[in-house]
Amino acid sequence: MSRKFLSGNEAFAEGLRLARPEVISAYPITPQTIVVERLSEMVEDGSLKAEYVHVESEHSALSCAIGASAAGARAFTATSSQGLLYMAECLYYAAGGRFPIVMMNADRSTALPWNIYGDQRDSLSQLDSGWIQAYAENAQEALDFALMSYKIAEDKRVQTPYMANLDGFVLTHTYETVDIPTREQADKFLPPYETDNRIDFENPKNMAFSAGPDTNYIFKYKEHNGLLAAAEVVNEVEADFAKIFGRQYTGLTENYLTDDADYIIVTLGSIAGLCRETADKLRSQGVKAGVVRIRYVRPFPNREIADVLRNAKAYAVLEKDISFGNEGTVFTNVNSALKKAGVDVPGYNFIGGLGGRNISPADIENIYNDIANGTESINFIGIGGEDNGE
Amino acid sequence: MQEIIWLGRGGQGAFTAAKLLGAAYTINDANKYALAFPSFGPERRGAPVRAFTKLDTKPVVDRSQTEKADYIVILDDTLYSPQLHGLLKSTGTIIVNSKNKIDGALTFDADGISAEFKLPTANTVMFGLLVGLSGVVTSDEAVEAIKNYMPAKIQERNISALLKAMQEVAE
Repeated sequence: MSRKFLSGNEAFAEGLRLARPEVISAYPITPQTIVVERLSEMVEDGSLKAEYVHVESEHSALSCAIGASAAGARAFTATSSQGLLYMAECLYYAAGGRFPIVMMNADRSTALPWNIYGDQRDSLSQLDSGWIQAYAENAQEALDFALMSYKIAEDKRVQTPYMANLDGFVLTHTYETVDIPTREQADKFLPPYETDNRIDFENPKNMAFSAGPDTNYIFKYKEHNGLLAAAEVVNEVEADFAKIFGRQYTGLTENYLTDDADYIIVTLGSIAGLCRETADKLRSQGVKAGVVRIRYVRPFPNREIADVLRNAKAYAVLEKDISFGNEGTVFTNVNSALKKAGVDVPGYNFIGGLGGRNISPADIENIYNDIANGTESINFIGIGGEDNGE
Repeated sequence: MQEIIWLGRGGQGAFTAAKLLGAAYTINDANKYALAFPSFGPERRGAPVRAFTKLDTKPVVDRSQTEKADYIVILDDTLYSPQLHGLLKSTGTIIVNSKNKIDGALTFDADGISAEFKLPTANTVMFGLLVGLSGVVTSDEAVEAIKNYMPAKIQERNISALLKAMQEVAE
């Protein structure tokens, strides 16, 4: 193990080198660019034995990864924002074809207005594409996702592509200390990819076929069950990971001070740390505050969220996303989890950090105050302040 | 937690200095933690750039921009304004690369030192001045950070400039 001061992009690249992908096809886009630059350097210097394919677009990047996976290779791509949207058609091919490709997405705002900064509207708009979706909080978790992703995606019960999301700039371009495991540890954790879902001249079979109304629904049902199965596999893989690397993760969600909490913020990604720190501050003032960080939005942690919010007085869902004409998509998902479990607790949606806007400690404290006193159902952080566009 | 804001223009290496400080602080002690990040935006030569370093003895989880800094380090004196004191703790200090005196800030002719070592920019000089004034890392840690995180061919000149800057503060 070695300790280095790296950005989220660089940390992810280090993790990926240890995961030994065999084919990398990617098209650069800010703020993802550095991860593919580092990977191309690793291929160049021989420390990563992979075929690096330069493609002319994101659509081709994922198409190439699908082809590589269909040939039985461990494949990787990375993108962000409009690039993810441009490859959207292929997302469904990868998931429907049950190709366990891993993609790193640098979460970034979507146009227009054009903006390169971080928010989560790009990846959350693709929740229905059939991919596992993980959200990292820090560079270490990003590196660890790179290692765990293939083990989860390639599991025979899952066979589903995996999108690891890093908040643009706040994670991708922020430097922090990261422990890099040894090659020996990584190889012990992650065996080479083996699959029957590949082109094999000895045992030819039909792949990526059509399925009409008589059978199509069966494939879709199986695809759904594959993604659902990832929930248990995430837990198993994290238990294995802890044994070898000594870092224990907590499954689809991570709870902080929620056992006796009256007021809980449910959020995802890099803002969770500031939420925890604010909860600490409020606890010292006698307010029972807690935080739930959603680590996986697909498969969605329905049971985990219902269990943790059951006894709260109110909750907020803080997300860097808005589904125009309705509400934040994570809020919709959380509310559905509660409804299914028969939990009736007042909940409020806070939309923040759009287009990379800073979310301050005071913003988080205000959320706890607002939900304790009751507020609008949907709240845009900053609107109504001194420099908003109203 | 100690927080440092770096101000420079694109190309002057403010973010590199922010990273070097974070790397130096954590380089020999697994119980020290740092974050270093730029004010996020397109990198354009000449445009104002802000960078932030946060240092603590527990993991730094607040990734928001610094609102009250212990030090503000300014690589280009045209970026100084009295309003910057609003971003400073009451005990904080502003350090400016300038040949002129500025009320409310410490000024050093960092360009003079960087020219002496044929460096195109004064970022490691300002890093050295900060280290000398604050003692937040040792000179050994600062040197080791340069050795680990700067390209080999420019390490020696930057280390010399850093040490000269620290000497300047000591005098």
